[in-house]
Amino acid sequence: MDETLSQTGSEILIQALLDQGVDVLFGYPGGAVLPIYDALFQQNELRHILVRHEAGAVHAGEGYARSTGKVGSVLVTSGPGATNIVTGLADALMDSVPLVCLTGQVPTAMIGNDAFQEADTVGITRPCTKHNYLVKNIDDLARIVHEAYYVARSGRPGPVVVDLPKDVLIATGRYVGPANVEHRTYRPSIKAEPERVAPAVDLMARAKRPLFYTGGGIINSGPRACDLLTELVRLSGYPITNTLMGLGGYPASDGQFLGMLGMHGTYEANMAMAECDVMIAVGARFDDRVTGRLSDFSKGSTKIHVDIDPSSINKNVAVDFPIVGDAASVLEDMIALWKEKRVSSKRDGLAEWWRQIDAWRAKDCLSYEQKGEVIKPQYAIQRLYELTKGRDVYFTTEVGQHQMWAAQFLKFETPKHWITSGGLGTMGFGFPAAMGVQVAHPDALVIDVAGEASFLMNMQELSTISQYRLPVKVFIVNNQYMGMVRQWQEFFHGGRYSESYMDSLPDFVKLAESFGVTGLRVERPDEVDDAIRRMIDTDGAVLLDVRVSPEENVFPMIPGGAAHYEMKLGPDGAAMGGREEDGMVLV
Amino acid sequence: MEAAVERHTISLLVDNEAGVLARVIGLFSGRGYNIESLTVAEVDKSQTVSRINLVTSGTPMTIEQIKAQLGRLVPVHKVIDLTTGAPHVERELALVKVAGRGEERVESLRIADIFRARVVDATNESFIFEISGSSDKLMAFIKLMEPLGLVDISRTGVVAISRGMSPL
Repeated sequence: MDETLSQTGSEILIQALLDQGVDVLFGYPGGAVLPIYDALFQQNELRHILVRHEAGAVHAGEGYARSTGKVGSVLVTSGPGATNIVTGLADALMDSVPLVCLTGQVPTAMIGNDAFQEADTVGITRPCTKHNYLVKNIDDLARIVHEAYYVARSGRPGPVVVDLPKDVLIATGRYVGPANVEHRTYRPSIKAEPERVAPAVDLMARAKRPLFYTGGGIINSGPRACDLLTELVRLSGYPITNTLMGLGGYPASDGQFLGMLGMHGTYEANMAMAECDVMIAVGARFDDRVTGRLSDFSKGSTKIHVDIDPSSINKNVAVDFPIVGDAASVLEDMIALWKEKRVSSKRDGLAEWWRQIDAWRAKDCLSYEQKGEVIKPQYAIQRLYELTKGRDVYFTTEVGQHQMWAAQFLKFETPKHWITSGGLGTMGFGFPAAMGVQVAHPDALVIDVAGEASFLMNMQELSTISQYRLPVKVFIVNNQYMGMVRQWQEFFHGGRYSESYMDSLPDFVKLAESFGVTGLRVERPDEVDDAIRRMIDTDGAVLLDVRVSPEENVFPMIPGGAAHYEMKLGPDGAAMGGREEDGMVLV
Repeated sequence: MEAAVERHTISLLVDNEAGVLARVIGLFSGRGYNIESLTVAEVDKSQTVSRINLVTSGTPMTIEQIKAQLGRLVPVHKVIDLTTGAPHVERELALVKVAGRGEERVESLRIADIFRARVVDATNESFIFEISGSSDKLMAFIKLMEPLGLVDISRTGVVAISRGMSPL
């Protein structure tokens, strides 16, 4: 019997969290949530990680969720506590990350009176959550918390806010267990209609220039979806490209993998996208960073799109075979039909397609030259990959050039080891996210590939990793610029570097040391390997400041608003004449 | 090649809970869709279900997006596009205040009679007409009242229901 009489709201809340399998909360106390903190103090099952800013809590929750597939849990106070998590909620919504954020609220009688630390949290967070709740009655508390976890993890996952007025936390009531609590009507469809899958598989079997294009939906669906995807791709012998969010969904070392596509994707992936005759999109959402100019996006292809969210289908690009369902379930159906058909992967047309792809590959679009006395950022990240290969390693990133180089040069064989802010592009994401990953995987090697500008946005969390002895490694690719801003200013704004230079940077070594974290710096290419080894071998947290050449650009690049075939391959590549104004309009 | 803009009447069944209307409206404003009219009221007290009828316009791709986005809202049970579905009935009610004396006043009464509008309030210098019907009929009536001393209009927005015996 789950039901007990006369528990306080805070006790009910903690019981509900435990019954939902929550083992850790990332949080920050304040007036409205004092009753919860008091209840936390009096128990030992639920761990609390005290962050140094609520933004750190929500990104840590994301890191936890993105690296485990479980729901991340966050606890903050009312007013500023709640508004400080808004960026993280928007981030989690864009990237479909399951989160439950518990926010304190002023007592129900004071709501609307401009009370101290009052904000309209459900109003503010409505457009940046999958769903949110204001608990007005103690009798609803347990049910709402259970429901929040159900909504956060079901269907296309996303962040859920539960706003908790202080009087509800103090009131006494009855606990109800999680058994059978699901939402009254919210039932995302998992299984696709068979009559939609069969014609799509027919089309796939007839393709001459096919391409799999898969995204974060594969990762979110779970390891089974990744295994099934790998099985289907290998059965068919077709090439595959991943989105930024989809990296790790298919083993990167495999010969059929063309790398990431999109604005900074590989030449072969983007050209294959432009030239394919059948596109098989699974769990990807045709983001503008992937499609480039929509009117020229993969014009000749017949498109199959599998997604659990009907609103992702036909949103940006009209597709011919829409299939609503969970990736794993649909891939399983596709494999069964494929095996029935006994399609040969050695068909004539296919060999030609692969010859074409190999010709594109031969361009070696990610090549760079490490010469001279200055470290190239690509070299630093490539060495980081080589020296961590084979370990149990998780990478998070901040946002900007370093993120794109990391996506290009780090190779992922398994899902959930690549944790990056894809949709929202949140600077300051990677470091607290790494903290959350490390809490979930205490023995793993967790590395935040950072830019110096992004790192400064949430560096207060150095204090948190120090307190909890989290051995997070921060790998700062320090070019003393907001590199991606500077790159766009160079290409599209006449080289006028308006406010993108990072003046007055701290001494990162001393900064780290002041928090009790090991600080290292490397400035010469021939010292990079040693520095990375020291970073890995040092017990505890390390901040490694890698001084790289300041004006390196990320290539290849499809400028905003250009088509895939208008890709700029390198500094010596074709000029992007006539694109400057378009580039200015498009973000 | 821009696709033509179509007008669609969409009915939703939603949980009658705080904030549900804000979710629907916020979705339209946040994603830049049009709302031409919107009505909402509880239709099943025991189940606390409300029905929202809304009229929107957009290209077929936009209309599909609107329906998919509405369906994604957690408290929305059902989204039905009455315009593309089975035949349906649409009605709207308006209260129209017309002030005037003499021949104009008499003329407004005559027209009201033709349109089967009812007088629900009268003073020596004004009438309030209650008229129901399709939005087109209401618009036609209002247009005719303009030169006859139209001073105020209050409209409910469209309510709609499918023909035949099956529920939404």
